[in-house]
Amino acid sequence: MDMLTCSHVSKSFGKRKISDKKFNKEFDNKIFDNKVLMDLTFSVPEHTIFGFIGQNGAGKTTTMKLILGLLERDSGEIFVNGIPVSFGQNRTNRYIGYLPDVPEFYSFMTPLEYLMLCGEITGMEKKESQDRADRLLHLVGLSKPQKRIQGFSRGMKQRLGIAQALLNSPKLLICDEPTSALDPLGRKEILEILCSVKNETTILFSTHILSDVERICDKIAFLHNGKIALQGTLEEIKGIRKGNGIEIEFNRQEDANLFTEKYKEGKRTGKVQVCCYQKTEKDVIEIMQLLARNNISPQRIEMLEPALEDLFMEVVGK
Amino acid sequence: MKQLTAFTKKEFMEFIRTGKALLLMILFVLFGIMNPAVAKLTPWLLEAMSQDLTETGFVITEIKVDAMSSWAQFYKNIPIALILFLFLFSGILIAEYHKGTLVNMITKGMDRWKILMSKLIVMIFFWTAGYWICYGITYLYNAWFWDNRAASYLLFSAFCFYLIGIWIISLVVCFSAFFENNSAVLIAIACSFLLVYLIGFIQKVKKFLPIKLLDSADLLSGTKEASEYSYAMVVLILLVIVNITIAVIQFNKKNL
Repeated sequence: MDMLTCSHVSKSFGKRKISDKKFNKEFDNKIFDNKVLMDLTFSVPEHTIFGFIGQNGAGKTTTMKLILGLLERDSGEIFVNGIPVSFGQNRTNRYIGYLPDVPEFYSFMTPLEYLMLCGEITGMEKKESQDRADRLLHLVGLSKPQKRIQGFSRGMKQRLGIAQALLNSPKLLICDEPTSALDPLGRKEILEILCSVKNETTILFSTHILSDVERICDKIAFLHNGKIALQGTLEEIKGIRKGNGIEIEFNRQEDANLFTEKYKEGKRTGKVQVCCYQKTEKDVIEIMQLLARNNISPQRIEMLEPALEDLFMEVVGK
Repeated sequence: MKQLTAFTKKEFMEFIRTGKALLLMILFVLFGIMNPAVAKLTPWLLEAMSQDLTETGFVITEIKVDAMSSWAQFYKNIPIALILFLFLFSGILIAEYHKGTLVNMITKGMDRWKILMSKLIVMIFFWTAGYWICYGITYLYNAWFWDNRAASYLLFSAFCFYLIGIWIISLVVCFSAFFENNSAVLIAIACSFLLVYLIGFIQKVKKFLPIKLLDSADLLSGTKEASEYSYAMVVLILLVIVNITIAVIQFNKKNL
């Protein structure tokens, strides 16, 4: 079953004043009477991590705010857990946990107090929210008690953000660039936390850091100029450019010379490295047979995976 | 109900932990002490200066101070307290917009109108507590030094100004639902006040306007009757209800 479905969603900011500071940041220097999202259609199946990729200003945050009913869409339908999303007083929000790009909390509270407040607002029983808050604070590594949020670093806030988003065991977890502002260690931690909750929930995760996507996402969609430019599972997307190449590394230079002699399509890329472009898995077998016939032992044979970065560049036309 | 109590609890926690509650209480206590103190000290001050004043041609005769002088001070000072209160609370919603803290609450399924109600409850609570503490202190000192029986309709006239505060609070909530920054809210409140004040120049209309309640100090001297203020009170309560209704409608459509 699909946890989230967006069909033909459009949103323009027209002549309306954009009040949200974050939007001003994102769309700085652009004229606002253009469409931010055009006919956006995608769906997220249950228990997947869905990577939502796009440049700054591509419309990722706008899409997320539409799903949350924080902004009003111009046309199209959005369903969360099969229930239509409405602007303003949005009932489907009880299925959703949301982690904003820069999560902000009441700084005068401790993490536990904040989670208890969230628990009461979602209508959880006191005992239940206490247990869940303890568990989540432990999960995100904030279980040290009684320090107010005031002194928290960005990474700590991001971790508390995940804890609050997961508090009501949401069916859909929406994370808006959760790793963008973090150092490599912080990023790794956040990604690990997201991976660890995959069995409990469905995750929609926006980012422009492609290595994060490769690390944890099952399905991805590229958003460009307000449209989905490309979508599918990670394998499918990479499959579009399959057979990018094969790289072979030899132990000795003579072996490399011998190989390029026998296999004309091989191009030397280093003293002991040879690259063969536009190749498929079948070609790998062929090359291995050739190596065996000629008694050449390679140090390494590798199918070059198409990098998402190349695809991304292709999508954005650069 | 659970959401409302939880959020209201958070509001109180905020005002206590950030020290605003303490600041406000100190403010109102000081104002409460100041009224009788100024009245009590006036003759002594004037006496001390009488030498200089005589030289410049002023002659000070005996100055009589009683509870009325102190109450007159109360009505002079309490508008300043209200303005300070307004400055302290005008950002109650705006600050949350700026920090983005409401987004988490709303995405957790918080009903938007309950956010407004919590803010309203907190403001009314602090206004009520502060105002009546100030009144109580002035009353007690006046009773101690002089005799409060000199003034008539004491409680009623104080209640009139208290209502003005409630009206201003409803304006804070209403304009906060429309605007995104603090100064816009303050300017809008000042404009509304000015508008009502200007309309008040038409004598026939004045008795229906909240501004009429500002003259409630006239009741003390016994020259006015309490019934003269009843229209203004009813209109004020209606305006409060209208302001809050508009705020709820607007806040429901607000992009956060």
